[in-house]
Amino acid sequence: MSTAVSTTEEVIAHGHDHGHDHEHEHHELGFIRKYIFSEDHKTIAKQYLISGILWAFIGGALSIIFRLQLGFPDMSLEWLRPVLGEWIDESGKLDKEFYLALVTMHGTIMVFFVLTAGLSGTFSNFLIPLQIGARDMASGFINMLSYWFFFLSSVIMFSSLFIETGPASGGWVIYPPLSALPQAMPGSGLGMTLWLTSMALFIVSQLMGGINYICTIINLRTRGMTFTKMPLTIWSFFFTAVLGLLSFPVLLSAALLLIFDRSFGTSFYLSEIYIQGQALPNMGGSPILYQHLFWFLGHPEVYIVLLPALGMTSEVIATNARKPIFGYRAMIGSMMGITVLAFIVWAHHMFVTGMNPFLGSVFMFLTLIIAVPSAVKGFNYITTLWKGNIVFTPAMLFSIGLVSLFISGGVTGIILGNSALDINLHDTYFVVAHFHLVMGAASFFGLMAGVYHWFPKMFGRMMNKTAGYIHFWFTFVGVYSVFFPMHYTGIAGFPRRYYSFTALGNDSQAAFTDLNAFISFAAIITFTAQAIFFINFFYSIFKGKRATQNPWKSNTLEWTTPIVPGHGNWEGEIPAVYRWPYDYSKPGSEADFIPQTIPHSATPESNLPEENDEIAKEKEIESLLAAQNESYNR
Amino acid sequence: MNYLVGLLSVVFFILAITVISKSLKLNKNLSGENESDSALDSHNNTNAVGFLLFWLFGTIAGVWSFLHSQPDFLPEAASAHGVKTDSMFWISMAVVTFAFFITNSLLFFFAFQYRNNKNRKATFYPVNHKLEIIWTIIPAIVMAILVFTGWRTWRDITSQAPSNAVVIELTGHQFGWYVRYAGNDDSQLGNINYKLIDETNSLGLDFTDKNTFDDFTASELHLPKGVPVLLKIRAQDVLHSVYLPFHRVKMDAVPGMPTKFWFTPTISTDEMRAKLGKSDFNFKLNCTEICGRGHFGMAITVFVDEPEDYKKWVSEQKPFLTMNPAYLSKVPENLKAKASKYIPAEPIATDSTASEAVSVK
Ligand code: HEM
Ligand SMILES: [Cu+2]
Ligand SMILES: [Cu+2]
Repeated sequence: MSTAVSTTEEVIAHGHDHGHDHEHEHHELGFIRKYIFSEDHKTIAKQYLISGILWAFIGGALSIIFRLQLGFPDMSLEWLRPVLGEWIDESGKLDKEFYLALVTMHGTIMVFFVLTAGLSGTFSNFLIPLQIGARDMASGFINMLSYWFFFLSSVIMFSSLFIETGPASGGWVIYPPLSALPQAMPGSGLGMTLWLTSMALFIVSQLMGGINYICTIINLRTRGMTFTKMPLTIWSFFFTAVLGLLSFPVLLSAALLLIFDRSFGTSFYLSEIYIQGQALPNMGGSPILYQHLFWFLGHPEVYIVLLPALGMTSEVIATNARKPIFGYRAMIGSMMGITVLAFIVWAHHMFVTGMNPFLGSVFMFLTLIIAVPSAVKGFNYITTLWKGNIVFTPAMLFSIGLVSLFISGGVTGIILGNSALDINLHDTYFVVAHFHLVMGAASFFGLMAGVYHWFPKMFGRMMNKTAGYIHFWFTFVGVYSVFFPMHYTGIAGFPRRYYSFTALGNDSQAAFTDLNAFISFAAIITFTAQAIFFINFFYSIFKGKRATQNPWKSNTLEWTTPIVPGHGNWEGEIPAVYRWPYDYSKPGSEADFIPQTIPHSATPESNLPEENDEIAKEKEIESLLAAQNESYNR
Repeated sequence: MNYLVGLLSVVFFILAITVISKSLKLNKNLSGENESDSALDSHNNTNAVGFLLFWLFGTIAGVWSFLHSQPDFLPEAASAHGVKTDSMFWISMAVVTFAFFITNSLLFFFAFQYRNNKNRKATFYPVNHKLEIIWTIIPAIVMAILVFTGWRTWRDITSQAPSNAVVIELTGHQFGWYVRYAGNDDSQLGNINYKLIDETNSLGLDFTDKNTFDDFTASELHLPKGVPVLLKIRAQDVLHSVYLPFHRVKMDAVPGMPTKFWFTPTISTDEMRAKLGKSDFNFKLNCTEICGRGHFGMAITVFVDEPEDYKKWVSEQKPFLTMNPAYLSKVPENLKAKASKYIPAEPIATDSTASEAVSVK
């Protein structure tokens, strides 16, 4: 077909001829080792993905229940009694505490279990070894443990939904003293204990995953895969792992101190409390301390959720626009900037908590700096589309959707980051609109883009594209319909986490009754439309059309593996890498893509002047083969 | 108003149906044509048009829904700083909406314009440093301006309260607000100790402090118009947050750590009623930090009075000690004489505890 591809085949064949026959473990692993306690990164990735998808449906269903309350406050929810039991009160309404439990669990599940584990867990695991040319993660065993810690954590969190006092209910940020005092609300009893236990295990899982990602990226790149030849996906996973590794331990300490306050009578967060007719002995603690610790993770966490989505989007957009990503180095630079800045903006969540206003000023300055690299990323995506030759695969649609959502949600960050404006907007629906667009929806779109794009590599089959298009359009129109109007209720001063808005007085809730109904209606449709994806996904695993070697004509290494890569990923030698991953539509080249495995010496017609120097380095790269094989035999 | 639901859902459905039917139709007409090309299929143009339609309908829906919701936004700010933050908010909104519109338009337009065409090849355009520098610097400058004006306003808002400020204490608890005034004789709030809280003394007023004697509590918040007001904010049990939406005031109430916020109300309740044409309008104080089942109902009514009306109201209020003379026993001997001034000759029948907010069952 094209020179590029045939050369790839030659290179692979070439590898075969001289192959030193990598030690394949040809003995069959039993079912349990192969599919359950597997150490293969691809299986672990699929485990994360399927867990994440299941969690997403649970988290989504919870939000639909509370949207019913918000959108149709007069509706009888008697019909939910078979499912919710006591949580529907005598009048057929949602219990007020259970409303808060729903909000809390929805947030926890979506942020941590879907968009952290489901997104970064899936794709870091799946793509890091495949795209850098490694046989597996640095430690397959720790990687397996990472998943099973996550699994255990999931089981505990899930079980907390079924206990009599209900799950944790103090908001996903679980601010003490509310979360510390079981007498403050039933959800702060056993439910909170389970939440904390589950999150502690979750953090352990994240740390094991993160260490693995970092080690693998640093140590196991194939010959020729220098840092500046890495796809942006890998860069984003790298920064994500760094963020997680540095910030999750802080959440763990926050949680530990909370556990001490709850169970051992310490006063880290508690002081001068009178509750339920009783003055507690605790003195000298500070609830604000918790907030500092929480948001020291919390803000990096939003980028932990978003960066992998941005990384994958870069890859998908470049591939399907048939153009190099615009400003590759600027993209890396802005991700690096975001990573660093993400650690020094956390207190913008605390402008009106009583924190010293001078600190507020400092954090306002720092916060608005982080908007600059974010803006650069947006511009670069748009420029990548310019004069492209765009193929709208479902993955591409979701990626373009991501860019749009990222911009739309990002711009309001500039408003919220201004502490003077945040006074009125903090804890209103304006914030809900902001973060659902920029983090929730954008990252979810990244997840979807990733699934549609790498499904063929995961399962050797294609997902149905038409169903993918329909899924995209429903979801895209849907999330905008759900979250965009929330800006309006926010500007009207509607606080978040309100069971109903009657106490705002002056009939202000009446003015937005229809809007709230519309939002709920759109949410239900959007949620229902995810069934299209669900069916398509599971159907295609078994019955989808067989995938071809490189269905999207992509440059990256994963498409040089067998259609269904076995253990060790490549059958012969791991291919060497000679060029960056974005040689799409290069002038002079007949094919519109040149995979990373094609040496410059094979493409004299398309080399840029400075690239002729690269030819000299090819010998050097090839000479690294022995050392690379050696490293796997150690 | 039902239009809102109606129209937006119609837009939503039309879009969905167009997309589905178009894709089905195109599928029928063109199937087989591009089969060899696995990534590219006959829907490519449909999807490109989809972005254009999304842009068109999205713009219409956005403008229309904004105009429709605008009358129901918070009315004009009823405080001095609120007027400033409001105008800054709308200026910033204009700036970011402009950026939002331009970038999204380019995104959708490029997506449409550069949809795949077999006869064309994409332009290899990996980098342009000048362009990158420009669009790093422009947002940086815009951001710097926004930050700088924001910072100055923030600094003014959070500065020390003027010395003539009326001091009022708000205490959040599950689920209501206690309001305490410094009284008619001194402008000092007496000490509070959470260990002294009991059924009647729900604030834990400390009667060993002579400033406590004339303090009175109320179930509503009265504020003088045109005079700076310093809110001293406390919480008894869990976090709460004082939110005066009409005054653009928000500050958390933190157990063990008193917080504060000062501002100047500029529009009286009566004036606001006249402006809005709503004779039953009232300012409100709500809670904006999740605090348990009654969180959403934790509200009290706020009255902004003309200064003379405010003075009159204050002078009519009875100190806590007057209402609950039994607490004289808590006053140390050396202050008894001072305190007994507040004890009525005839015991008062009613017993005032501080406000209970909208009760939540
Ligand atoms: C343009 C850059 C951004 C700025 C200046 C910014 C600023 C802010 C500020 C000041 C808040 C606090 C609002 C409040 O609670 O009153 C906030 C909330 C939030 N932001 Fe952003 N943001 C930006 C981008 C992002 C991005 C990219 C994400 C996610 C990937 C994100 C996720 C969130 C989340 C999750 C919250 C709410 C947390 C909560 O209260 O539950 N933001 N943002
Ligand atoms: Cu943040
Ligand atoms: Cu509250």
